[in-house]
Amino acid sequence: MKYIDEFRNAAAAKELAAEIGRAAAKAERGGPLRFMEVCGGHTMAIHRFGIPGLLPEGIEMLSGPGCPVCVTPTTYLDRAIELAAEANATLTTFGDLYHVPGAAETLEDAAARGADVRVVYSARDALKLAEDNPEREVVFLAIGFETTAPGTAATVLEAHSKGVRNFRILSGHKTMPEALRALVSAPEVALDGFILPGHVSTITGPEPYEFLPREFGMACCVTGFEPTDILMAVLALVRQVVEQKPTVENQYRRAVRAGGNPRARETVYEVFEPTDAQWRGIGLIPGSGLSVRERWASYSVEPPDPAIPSAEYKACRCAQVLRGLVRPPECPLFGKACVPDSPVGPCMVSSEGACAAYYKYGGQH
Amino acid sequence: MCWAIPTRLVEIDGQIGKVEIGGTVREIGLQLVEDPQVGDYVLIHAGFAIEKVDEEEAAKTLELLAEIGYGESPPSTLRPHSRQ
Repeated sequence: MKYIDEFRNAAAAKELAAEIGRAAAKAERGGPLRFMEVCGGHTMAIHRFGIPGLLPEGIEMLSGPGCPVCVTPTTYLDRAIELAAEANATLTTFGDLYHVPGAAETLEDAAARGADVRVVYSARDALKLAEDNPEREVVFLAIGFETTAPGTAATVLEAHSKGVRNFRILSGHKTMPEALRALVSAPEVALDGFILPGHVSTITGPEPYEFLPREFGMACCVTGFEPTDILMAVLALVRQVVEQKPTVENQYRRAVRAGGNPRARETVYEVFEPTDAQWRGIGLIPGSGLSVRERWASYSVEPPDPAIPSAEYKACRCAQVLRGLVRPPECPLFGKACVPDSPVGPCMVSSEGACAAYYKYGGQH
Repeated sequence: MCWAIPTRLVEIDGQIGKVEIGGTVREIGLQLVEDPQVGDYVLIHAGFAIEKVDEEEAAKTLELLAEIGYGESPPSTLRPHSRQ
């Protein structure tokens, strides 16, 4: 496919990996260089293409809190399951969320008990369901980062302009820069840089991350999802560390413009305003969520109190995995009590979670 | 979940566009992009076009890759793998 296959050039990937090795040799460091990717798509791509095996010794890749399904707290799922039990309710959700356990059960369990839960590909499909079934109260489970929120916002505006009154959203949308600030502010986190999210940055532009090099000395690079994109980003990060010139580079110019997509952001801010949010595995992060503005309240159902923590299994190490403190196989549950078909912790629940990617592609080797 | 795929716009009707993905024609929302045109490559995410692919920038990156990869032609490509 155009704009995909060309970025999988094997010879270029091999040469990039070699160049990363040569550049890393110049880093005057005792230990390895540690870089974190903070987008579930990058986590998947890195393991799918075996990038860790291509990288030279001395470069460690870690997975951060970049999967929206993984960081959605159990309180959100419990609220959704509660809504599904209401008369006339039709719940619509992205497929990724369907099998994720709340405190006690999943949306799938609720559907098995007779609740009307539908998997949709887009908020647009949920609105269509509402239009076609005026007797049903359709609720769309609106989760996702900056990439996904514009579509939800556009759909709320469309519902309004069409006069659809039986469509509401449960907002669990989250924003990335505040989460990264919370992550790097924690004293135990030892990182040299970040591979910044690709399609989140399509919306935000690279600018909101400038505090990372400025205040925390982090090397940063926005990049795409093909193997050569990721290797070019790693090379850029290594060079920034060696030259001691941390900055925010943009290696994904075909999809990320300076200033991002202002039209999409305006749509988001027409409908949403920033709010505090609970992140599964991390906790409460001020200003990192999106709640529906008062003006559009009739298109929204009340989300759970963000101050209430997510219910987690004690032995689960996802909180440390999400901050790059341990690798998935270091968790006692990994691959035993916790597998993709019956996940215990947030990092195993979605295919984009660090544990799920490790499990599926054998990243533990 | 923030996956977005570059796809060619084949039809536009107001704020609705049509794209072909894997042989299936899908409707997408065009509200979020400036001035979309038939023939543009757009990034599709969850039923919406979220940006137009900058073809000039894509070409620049590809030139760089061709240089790095010694212009191997046709280039061999990396294939995704899984232990399944």
